[in-house]
Amino acid sequence: MTGSDTGSKVAVSIESVSKVFNRGKPNEVRALDDINLDISEGSFVSLIGPSGCGKSTLLRLMAALTHPTGGSVTVNGKSADKARLDRDYGMAFQTSGLFEWRTVTQNIELPLQLMGWEKADRKARADEMLELVKLAEFATHYPRELSGGMQQRVAIARALAFRPSLLLMDEPFGALDEMTREHMQTEVLDIWARTGKTVVFVTHSIPEAVFLSQRVIVMSPRPGRITADIEVPLGVRGFETRESNRFFEKVTEVREALRFDKGGR
Amino acid sequence: MTTREETNRAIARHERNAAARRGVRRVAVFLVFLVVLSILYTGYKAFGSAVDDAQTDLPVVGRILPRTDDLTMPPLLDIAVEFGQPPQRNSSKPLGAFIGEAALFTLREAAFGFLLGAVLGLGLAIFMLRKKWFERGLSPYLVASQTVPLVAIAPIIVIWGSKSLGWLPFTWEPWMSVSIIATYLTFFPVAMNGIKGLQSADAAAMELMRSYAATRRQTLLKLQLPASMPYLFAAFKLAATVAIVGAIVGEISGGVRGGLGRLILDYASRYTTGPPRLYASVVGAAVLGILAVGVVTLLEYVAVTRRQAARGAR
Ligand SMILES: Nc1ncnc2c1ncn2[C@@H]1O[C@H](COP(=O)(O)OP(=O)(O)O)[C@@H](O)[C@H]1O
Ligand SMILES: [Mg+2]
Repeated sequence: MTGSDTGSKVAVSIESVSKVFNRGKPNEVRALDDINLDISEGSFVSLIGPSGCGKSTLLRLMAALTHPTGGSVTVNGKSADKARLDRDYGMAFQTSGLFEWRTVTQNIELPLQLMGWEKADRKARADEMLELVKLAEFATHYPRELSGGMQQRVAIARALAFRPSLLLMDEPFGALDEMTREHMQTEVLDIWARTGKTVVFVTHSIPEAVFLSQRVIVMSPRPGRITADIEVPLGVRGFETRESNRFFEKVTEVREALRFDKGGR
Repeated sequence: MTTREETNRAIARHERNAAARRGVRRVAVFLVFLVVLSILYTGYKAFGSAVDDAQTDLPVVGRILPRTDDLTMPPLLDIAVEFGQPPQRNSSKPLGAFIGEAALFTLREAAFGFLLGAVLGLGLAIFMLRKKWFERGLSPYLVASQTVPLVAIAPIIVIWGSKSLGWLPFTWEPWMSVSIIATYLTFFPVAMNGIKGLQSADAAAMELMRSYAATRRQTLLKLQLPASMPYLFAAFKLAATVAIVGAIVGEISGGVRGGLGRLILDYASRYTTGPPRLYASVVGAAVLGILAVGVVTLLEYVAVTRRQAARGAR
């Protein structure tokens, strides 16, 4: 179950990782069990599975926001903790998590400020990021003045502002309506194509995973395991992609993989 | 693009107007209440006098409800006029000037006490945030400190201040002791709301700061403190009134002259020779409290509300 894009460098490497919450207590949860996964640099990988199968936990392990009970997580050739301290990744969550007392620009500048960037550089970079997510005219607005989709775009701009090589996203469009969602998916692919980041994207929407990713990792719950690793060689996505037969075939393949888990137990 | 900017400008203008309208409405409501209260006071007094004049000996007014004679309830006009009169025959200034000076004196005590208390309270909150054991261990003492009667500790603080602070580079004035009393009352709500506010920062936001490898100090300054502002300002408003009450009571029980406390004590002890004087000085104290809360509210508007106010629905 290791990386299939052989030849390119590995951005994230997860070896025999397990995660148990509340070990030894009555409420013990085996969130992840024997996870092995290599994600190659520059790729777009989705994690999909039913709620509670450990997708967020796996992502948080990559971010070193939590630590494995067993096994090891390596990011850019170093420990996940070191990668966090080196600011190797940017994160976006389901809720945009924007600071309501900061304007859009100030929110994007937050990580840059923490990292000691000069004021002029911060401003220039924030403008650049606003162009990227197409929100330039909202620079001085406050988050609550923006729609949910716009807030998510700001959150993505914030996550990319300091040029991390890795972008970790946990159901970033989960709270958006279907139309905004499809629009955001196109935007994210566009950003990915232009920046060449490695993206790990958690979702529970099958079409979303298939449309976005080069690779879909299917997970099953209790304990969280990887049950399928599906390549999605659909080439450059466009408006027609969603209506193509190969897209439907892949959607079906992922759906089958998810269903098979249930049948298996 | 320009239309968007124009829209924004229009929205901003609309927002400013709305804020101004809210301010005007607030003042209007305040004035209406003032009129209603005056009418109630005067009306009750008129009713009581009528009953009394008619010699009906109704067993309500004067037995259960307060008497309405001029000694108990001086006419409002007398109280208003009193501000312009000298409080004693040989006084050089009108009563209003005496009350104003005393109010400024008390305000100085309260303001210094408030500032020191706010700083101490916030510092304590930050310390409690970092050291959970400290919060658990100290909380009972903090609560206990606020249940000790002020009249008991005020003289202790004043005596202690005048006797044992000779080593300071400046002379310790009695009013400074009163400030300490105000501090003593101020730090408590600030510390309690402060810790609640600092902990109110969203868990996801805390995690975001961790993902940036932010230091504890950065997390405090960029996230926890801004998140605590609504809580802190609620505490500041309470603390502002408490500081003034504390200063007045502190002056009285500590025997410090120059402020409203002493003035109120004086006019209370010579009440029969001029009831409106006491009423006038109480009005002075009330106005001082309203002003103090008003200043804090204005600061809150500048620091929090104005920046966070939604620019109306789009
Ligand atoms: N901090 C935690 N403490 C205890 N259990 C947790 C914690 N975080 C997650 N879990 C449990 O681990 C399992 C996987 O959770 P999660 O990774 O959030 O799943 P997903 O994101 O796929 O919905 C769930 O059963 C959840 O209850
Ligand atoms: Mg999740």
